[in-house]
Amino acid sequence: MNLQDKIYIIALAGMGLIALLFIYVLANAGRPLREEEKAGSMGIAYRMRTWLFVILLVIFFVGTWGTLWHYPIPPQHVALNPPQVVNVTGRMWSWQIEPPTVHAGSDVEFRVSSSDVNHGFAIYGPDGRIVAQVQAMPGYTNKLLHNFDKPGTYTARCLEFCGLAHAQMAAPIQVVASKGE
Amino acid sequence: MASLTLYPAEERLEGGSRVTFDLYMITAVTLFVVMMLIGLTMRMTQATWLNVNPALFYRLLSMHGAGMVGTASIATTAVMWFFLRKYVGLHLWAFVANYVLFMLGALCVIVSIFFGGYGALWTFLYPLPVHGMGLWSNNASALFLVGYLLIGVGSLVFYLDAAAAIIKVYGNLGRGLGLQWLFGGEINPDHPKAVVASSMVIIANSLGILAGSVVLVMNLVNIYYPQITLNALFAKNLTYWFGHMYINATIYMGVMAVYELLPRYTGRPYPISRPFIWSWAASCLFVIVVYPHHLMIDFAQPRWLTIMGQVVSWSAGFPVFCVTAYGAMTNIHRSGIRWTMPSRLMALSMFGWAAGIVPAILDGTVRNNLVMHNTQWVPGHFHFYLLLGVLSMVLALIYHVLGNRANAVPNSGLDRTGFFVYLIGGLIFTLAFLSAGHQSVARRMATHLPEWTLTDKVGSVGATLVVLGMLYYAIRIIVGLLGRPVVIDTSHAHPADTAG
Repeated sequence: MNLQDKIYIIALAGMGLIALLFIYVLANAGRPLREEEKAGSMGIAYRMRTWLFVILLVIFFVGTWGTLWHYPIPPQHVALNPPQVVNVTGRMWSWQIEPPTVHAGSDVEFRVSSSDVNHGFAIYGPDGRIVAQVQAMPGYTNKLLHNFDKPGTYTARCLEFCGLAHAQMAAPIQVVASKGE
Repeated sequence: MASLTLYPAEERLEGGSRVTFDLYMITAVTLFVVMMLIGLTMRMTQATWLNVNPALFYRLLSMHGAGMVGTASIATTAVMWFFLRKYVGLHLWAFVANYVLFMLGALCVIVSIFFGGYGALWTFLYPLPVHGMGLWSNNASALFLVGYLLIGVGSLVFYLDAAAAIIKVYGNLGRGLGLQWLFGGEINPDHPKAVVASSMVIIANSLGILAGSVVLVMNLVNIYYPQITLNALFAKNLTYWFGHMYINATIYMGVMAVYELLPRYTGRPYPISRPFIWSWAASCLFVIVVYPHHLMIDFAQPRWLTIMGQVVSWSAGFPVFCVTAYGAMTNIHRSGIRWTMPSRLMALSMFGWAAGIVPAILDGTVRNNLVMHNTQWVPGHFHFYLLLGVLSMVLALIYHVLGNRANAVPNSGLDRTGFFVYLIGGLIFTLAFLSAGHQSVARRMATHLPEWTLTDKVGSVGATLVVLGMLYYAIRIIVGLLGRPVVIDTSHAHPADTAG
């Protein structure tokens, strides 16, 4: 299961849960509280809200810690010294990728920039899913670190709108088996 | 009992106020239909059911983005005006000036796109406006930016008038926001929620518009003095600070309709509370500082800003889930409500907002953003809470006004059919976007890979239903607003029935 699958499942589960809660409330909306129920109903609502708050607080802290503890973006102002370096320059509407072939199984540092407007450097895997992306911005070199776990033909696509031929701005990246294999 | 929270004062519109309000809403629903037709054209093009050339496609995309954001803004501004005017002295000229400046700005935008060929999208991301590559001229870009400036000035005029009016009554915007009750003190139960929400919107969106003005003028300077270049990252920060806040403000303006109207349909008080005050104070801060979630793949961005983007994106869920959506559901639960168009639309709006921010929060997570950024996941989540959330809030108010003018709450069979067509279409349309984002389908592309077109086709079917639903709403609303109101004897009418 890739990251997109996990995100999709969490999203659908969360939205589905909210939908169910709404359906429950709306389905019961037309049936007014009896007199004897009225007195305690607000107390129950406040207690449930407190629990909702606590549950969300736990999700917040666990989720924040879990997703940021190992920060997914490499430091930009220190040498990363990876075994492989690829220089990437975006321009309307092509990619210059040097070298266009890398090895799987070890870190690759993509040094990504642009010579004209903003571009988005997104690497699509052989299965058609994005494996990593970074912005290609004029005046900046962004360093993306990625370790390809599978050999194959990957595709760099521009994901930041850059003009007429934006949709055609793509280039292959060959990932070959690791040197030890 | 908090009287204001259940039965607000006289809301009837007379003379110029009524004409202006009607003009805002008729313009808004008409523009919504037109912009939706443009959106449908783009989805059908991606689905290969229509053949629109890329140059025109990106012009349509620019028009759709700018048009939808602008229309959502004027429509929700009318919502804010409708309720805020009951509590503070707003000047009609400021409301009219906003409309006039919006229309002038919109004219500039339309001319720049359809006569000047401008196609650098609603985000005008520097330096794309000066790289037309023969498709558009620098003058066309300049006209587009001037159009934005006019629209921004219009909003500021309205906000400044509203700010002055709130300060006159409550002393300052902080007291309008209810900050005096954050840590204690007896909360005035009659302090209007519309004043709290308006104060927040004025503070946040004025800052955003000022940031937008700076980057718009900087771009204009660069167009005519190209030797003066901008820092692309700084320009992008300002652009998204402005853009995010401007569209986000529409939700906070629109939700005033739910705060004000829902208790009248449930028959239950919907009083102000300390959690409510806290949630709006927090939302004010969150809205101002959340924009870096748009720059998570800009690795040159200072790390603290990116982390702040994630933390605040997650935090922004608390006020929505724990206060607004939960409060609305509590108010509805076993209230004995009779479902009519306004109440149905309010319930939908709460669902659209609450459910829509789930994929938004997931996208606002750095790790996730590295694979979801600029995929169709993004239009998936924002269409969810704008189409089902914000637009439903606006429609709820209009239907409420129509009901009061006709002296009968709207709930015809056609209304119900229109509602369900819109709802089903909206769900299909937005879920198709989310499904496409899950499959890494890129957003903002005129042509799609063959394997991407299935979700485009499903999305097109959903979009068609949405357009049909909105077309019905628009006709119904325009006919209703232009019709002669039923004369009622207000001396015996329930105060809740005196709107519009």
